[in-house]
Amino acid sequence: MKERSPSGLTSAEAARGRSGRREDGESATERSERSTLLRDNGVYAAIVVLLVYNFGFTENFATLANLNTQLVQVAPVLIVALGMALVIGTEGVDLSVGSVMAIAAAILPLYLGYGLVPAIGLALVAGLLCGAVNGTLVAVVGIQPIVATLALLVGGRGLALVLADGQLKDIRNQELLDLGAGKALGIPYVVLIAAVLAVLVFLLVRYTTFGRQLVAVGGNRSASALAGLPVRRVLMTTYLLSGVLAAIAGVVATARLTASDPSAIGNLFELSAITAVVVGGTPLSGGRVRILGTVAGALLMQLITATLIKHNLPDSTAQIVQAAIIVLAVYLQRSRSGGGS
Amino acid sequence: MTAVATQPEEQSVASGRLTGRERLAALAQRRGSIVVLALVVLIASFSFDSFFTVGNAQNVAIQSSFLAIVALGMTFVIISGGIDLSVGSVYALGGVLAAYGIQWGSLVGLLLPLVVCGAIGLLNGMLVAYGRLAPFIVTLATLLGARGLLLAITDEGSTTRLMARDDWLTRLGQGTFLGLGLPVWITLVLFAIGVLVLQRTRFGHATLAIGGSREAATLMGLPAARNTMIVYLTSGLLAGLAGALAAAYSASGVTIVGEGLELDAIAAVVIGGTLLTGGAGTVGGTLAGVLLLRVIQNVINQIGTLSSYYQSVVSGAFLAVVVAVQAYLSRAYLRGGRR
Repeated sequence: MKERSPSGLTSAEAARGRSGRREDGESATERSERSTLLRDNGVYAAIVVLLVYNFGFTENFATLANLNTQLVQVAPVLIVALGMALVIGTEGVDLSVGSVMAIAAAILPLYLGYGLVPAIGLALVAGLLCGAVNGTLVAVVGIQPIVATLALLVGGRGLALVLADGQLKDIRNQELLDLGAGKALGIPYVVLIAAVLAVLVFLLVRYTTFGRQLVAVGGNRSASALAGLPVRRVLMTTYLLSGVLAAIAGVVATARLTASDPSAIGNLFELSAITAVVVGGTPLSGGRVRILGTVAGALLMQLITATLIKHNLPDSTAQIVQAAIIVLAVYLQRSRSGGGS
Repeated sequence: MTAVATQPEEQSVASGRLTGRERLAALAQRRGSIVVLALVVLIASFSFDSFFTVGNAQNVAIQSSFLAIVALGMTFVIISGGIDLSVGSVYALGGVLAAYGIQWGSLVGLLLPLVVCGAIGLLNGMLVAYGRLAPFIVTLATLLGARGLLLAITDEGSTTRLMARDDWLTRLGQGTFLGLGLPVWITLVLFAIGVLVLQRTRFGHATLAIGGSREAATLMGLPAARNTMIVYLTSGLLAGLAGALAAAYSASGVTIVGEGLELDAIAAVVIGGTLLTGGAGTVGGTLAGVLLLRVIQNVINQIGTLSSYYQSVVSGAFLAVVVAVQAYLSRAYLRGGRR
């Protein structure tokens, strides 16, 4: 709400003001306001706590090299999560993003012979096409997003494997390798791309007509339609954006891996992206998009994984901790969405 | 909607307003998967000599059985208006636990996966039913959690435990009766129970009602929360059982199975004519959906020249077509003035 409407901001502010003079008896409203505060800003607080802890107690954490590594690792998830935040804002979900990444990755080596720009261009076009398929199924045919995008999740991975003949292909194109490993002003290109995209999507949601329409459609689809909003076009555009962002993430992941691996790239990314969005405070019930929160959510999940790994805790523990955090984040959102599906 | 989808004949007599087109729509919704399955089998039988053979049928049956057991639990979850994404992980965990528990005896090998996977299902159910959290995200979390648990008991996935060939639990997976594998018989028995539970018990009717409208079901005095919890508990139990049987069949607790199984299960349920919005569906349709997915896989293998990757392309395209037709049919239905 912080990024969307002024009313949400004031309610958060009001909660903050009141918590200063809390009386002995704690009313239900105060408790719910406190949980609103926790829900809206908990992710930032958690990041600060983890950063302070790691800077203080983890060896080799507060180095430029490590921070760069962490940011590079989180970049593809973050890019996908930006599109996912938009889709979830429309009360939908895009399960196909991981497969779209794989398709983009599979297309790259096929056309790198014609140069970097055509190859990346075609990969992005493929992402758009995938988005168009999802958008058509959801907006025109009227299928539930979860199952419409499930079809492309299943089929897309197969398509990527067919395109690549099931093979992992090494990337030899120097320009693409530079994109994955190069730096500008000490910041990796990959991180810059993610940051620029995050700013663009943030501006899109906050300052454009499309952004307002998206939130309105997510909040109440039939009311939006009655109010004369182009519901279908908004939904279609949202899925197109999600598709193209996933394709960009696929290109970035390929450049970073220095190989196109259609069976592994983007695997389970839909889950990581949804986690980042939800942990960042965007409710699954739609009508609200928090891009800054999504960025913070992705960073937080990366920080948690990094913290656990740096302390030699196994992968299994990391997954169980992530699971607990997802449940906690959704639990905190519960009061707003009113529970239920 | 609920009653229509389960007992259209009775409804049409009662209201007397079903037009031919609506009746066709309802029929296609419920029986479409079986018709398509019959067509695919027919075409495949004429196209490939090796398709319509006893050996191949046994093959398809055993390959279908594990997915079918998972999809049975998923059917109830989806009919209740929810979704269970954790079944793939729970299935893998069940297999690993069976191979892990068998060192203390066969009974432990069978009970351990049921208890642990049942507990995960119960956790899902409690969070969804009493915590009122979105099923999608709760089961997403347990998907991760179950996978973590699996890694924890297999030394981060590096240990694959084997099961003794002469153990009765292993024979439960590998044995045959009247030419069909024991898991196939178990699947058939479970589906028979599933049909009875959905159509003939208070629990089944309540599940349909909750999926139709949870608020209405609660107002009618149905124990919506308890019912929902049992649905997820069952889904966890069945996924664990399927995993244990699959482990017994391959005589090892393989750690890398089950990824994406939840998607296959959801696809089978939806193809089988169960509405993803809940409130309507059949257990028999799910079985047809599972068989359809597996027969398509089998046909692609038979073609031979086609890479096996096409299998998921076809499954995905098929799913998209089925849900599109479903959406069209249910709209034709609504135009008829019923809801």
